[in-house]
Amino acid sequence: MYDYTDFDESFVRARVAQFTQQVERRLDGSLTEEEFRPLRLMNGLYLQLHAYMLRVAIPYGTINPRQMRQLAMIAQTYDKGYGHFTTRQNIQFNWPKLPDVPAILSALADVGMHAIQTSGNTVRNVTADHFAGAAADEIEDPRPYAELLRQWSTDHPEFQFLPRKFKIAITGSPHDRAVTRAHDIGLRMVRNAAGEPGFEVLVGGGLGRTPIIGAVVRDFLPVADLLPYVEAVLSVYNTLGRRDNKYKARIKITLQETGKEELSRMIEARFAEMRPLFGGADQRLLEDIRAAFAPPAFRNAPDGAFDDFYKADPVFRAWADTNLAAHRAPGYAIVTISLKAHGQTPGDATAEQMRLIADLAERYGHSEIRISHEQNVILPHVHKSDLPALHAALSQAGLATANIGLVSDIIACPGMDYCALATARSIPVAQEIATRFQELDLEHEIGPLKIKISGCINACGHHHVGHIGILGLDRAGVENYQITLGGDGTETAAIGEKMGPGFAYDQVVPAVERLLRTYLDLRTDAGETFLAATRRLGLGPFKTALYGEGARDAA
Amino acid sequence: MSRRFSPKVVTANRLREGDVVYLTADDRWSPLHTEAELIEDEAHAQLRLLHAAAQKLQVVGAYLADARPGPNGPEPTHFREEFRSRGPSNYAHGKQADGKQAELPNV
Ligand code: SF4
Repeated sequence: MYDYTDFDESFVRARVAQFTQQVERRLDGSLTEEEFRPLRLMNGLYLQLHAYMLRVAIPYGTINPRQMRQLAMIAQTYDKGYGHFTTRQNIQFNWPKLPDVPAILSALADVGMHAIQTSGNTVRNVTADHFAGAAADEIEDPRPYAELLRQWSTDHPEFQFLPRKFKIAITGSPHDRAVTRAHDIGLRMVRNAAGEPGFEVLVGGGLGRTPIIGAVVRDFLPVADLLPYVEAVLSVYNTLGRRDNKYKARIKITLQETGKEELSRMIEARFAEMRPLFGGADQRLLEDIRAAFAPPAFRNAPDGAFDDFYKADPVFRAWADTNLAAHRAPGYAIVTISLKAHGQTPGDATAEQMRLIADLAERYGHSEIRISHEQNVILPHVHKSDLPALHAALSQAGLATANIGLVSDIIACPGMDYCALATARSIPVAQEIATRFQELDLEHEIGPLKIKISGCINACGHHHVGHIGILGLDRAGVENYQITLGGDGTETAAIGEKMGPGFAYDQVVPAVERLLRTYLDLRTDAGETFLAATRRLGLGPFKTALYGEGARDAA
Repeated sequence: MSRRFSPKVVTANRLREGDVVYLTADDRWSPLHTEAELIEDEAHAQLRLLHAAAQKLQVVGAYLADARPGPNGPEPTHFREEFRSRGPSNYAHGKQADGKQAELPNV
């Protein structure tokens, strides 16, 4: 994977030194909170409900075992022994103390990590397909492009004070696992008629209070034009984007206000100016970066005991059926390690679990680890003959839950258990849904389903693109949950439709249960997924399941 | 017609640790909601808030939160303040772990 150059290293060290002094000056009173707040946010440090929170970027979700062990060390030394992986491929520490933060940042710098641009109106951590470099359906590994974008956007002087934050997602596969359609810029790799790889460029997608699916501004952008084109988009947005109203400042609003045609025209005009200025330096850099993402030396070996285990051991079989994905190299599989054990907090890993994952990645996974926006951990390259041993080791640590893509593989934002912006809790709702369906032993029968929960309108839990979306609100001083159905975060993206009046906290699990029992009753057969059933049947029967007969029109 | 002033406490987060604290009548910052000064008068509330905001080396983000009298001292009225007085619901971390949770009859 990409290792920091001397330039990256000295930049990050300089920022740590700078922030160390800023913390000292805050603690001795030379800086007021008003002065300090923007400085700490620039370094990923938030103040939440119960404590500070440090948000650390995991660029495009790629992390190595050494870095994972350092996160474990930080969790144990400076936090409460765990970390929380988020939908932005970041990790959040929920309990750091202000005087310790410089030491934490310094420990991160030791392994080439940082918390820069995880806040503020800048280009945030570039997110990518978590199966990048491994997926069978991939055209090209998108991470060299993501790394190019990271280097270009880090401390880019023109883009430190954008109208609002800016999120870029990239995938090298036509199958979109990176929710590219709900980002400020989404890049989805496709081939043109000549078979050359390029990007479909989407602009102006986003969730939050105004969910919008991005508009395609370019069907095919040659890969060599990526940087000047993205810079052109940012440049146009920086000029047009509204700074008078925080709620209208994202590029999705610029898109709506300007119109797709005019915005595309402006981007193309700016691109025509930008492109000659790049002069090939970006392409030379890209070549160097590519070398750092060369695939590991895949083993050419028989599958070994995989088939025997698969036949003989039902627990292993269930796990293999849900947690493995097709790898591009023969004999290999992509392993998703579930951080969604029933009843646990989605996305949390203890320091011990992080260390074990690091060890197992070294032993069985060519030392590669990924973090998914779905809050799970991926070992992208595992030879099938190693899967039984890997599964056994994961089982011992509570990491072998066989539920990827099922009811209990829920995305949940921190919600009002941590987040200062929250209007309701999301974590316990996820815990209770997972526990309930485990009791019912229904999740394998229900099959593929994405439930996504946010604790406020900001939609960090991606509820709009959940097959079942749950949004926690504060209705007259009581937690209340709005349900949306039919959302989809893939290449067939759709925003879920609001069903009707919200549900009280203790009514959410029964409501979800009614929805899923209705689905089981109405599906054509086990091959028709929940999402497919909602598309075939419309939402009427599900509305009835939620509110009863007669509520269909009234709701 | 002016609405009746609903009682308040002054709350903030500690600068160094970030944990939730409440201003007491004798000018301490207590981790216990029940030890907070319950302020029943609007003018006094503003004065106490100013006093809190001036303590820039102790606390961050002081504000007035609704509260009501309870058997052991002031209790939060809104669920957000109830969570702040207790800690997260997914782990026994924060005040509930430190033995600093207010004894609230309603939670
Ligand atoms: S969706 Fe709201 S509650 Fe959840 S993490 Fe984002 S801002 Fe916080």
